[in-house]
Amino acid sequence: MFRPSHFAAVVLFALFASVVFGITQRDTPLRMLRYGLYCFVLFVGAAIALSWIMYFIAR
Amino acid sequence: MANPQDKKKDAGSGFVYLPLIAGWLIPGAGHFLLRKWGRGALLAASIVGMFSIGIAMQGKLYSSAKDILEMLGLAGDLGNGLLYLVSRAAGLGADQITITTGDYGTRFIVVAGLLNVIAAVDAHNLRTGRKT
Repeated sequence: MFRPSHFAAVVLFALFASVVFGITQRDTPLRMLRYGLYCFVLFVGAAIALSWIMYFIAR
Repeated sequence: MANPQDKKKDAGSGFVYLPLIAGWLIPGAGHFLLRKWGRGALLAASIVGMFSIGIAMQGKLYSSAKDILEMLGLAGDLGNGLLYLVSRAAGLGADQITITTGDYGTRFIVVAGLLNVIAAVDAHNLRTGRKT
């Protein structure tokens, strides 16, 4: 059984979703790569930001 | 040399839904049919990888539609096409979620299905000439 940490699961999720978003939402390879990277950064960045917000709410 | 009008006419001929159906049944197959090898391989690796990791994390495969959440989960799972059907037949996935990673795994499987639908629609758009 595969038991990744919560953060590892977020990174894997972001990676797979970003690849599909990049390929399907843009037309040229360079724009696909840029949009995929943009989505990846937004996924992971949003997860980190929300985690800190929840951390301070829970205190 | 073919002009854009000829290209559009070619794009509309034949069974235009084949890449859509193939892409839904087998991740990436719609793009392979259109000879978009790189895109197809990346889509297949991402969707099959996400589904496999979901199964490895003891995610649940939805099999009934008793309430609205189960219905939505089943709709997402069905997006995986043959991956879902073969996994159900092989008895893969958990019946009940008992560990935290199982919950993540269930979401991975559902999202893999939704991403596969997006990829299949993209193959259809390529086939009809709506996307280049």
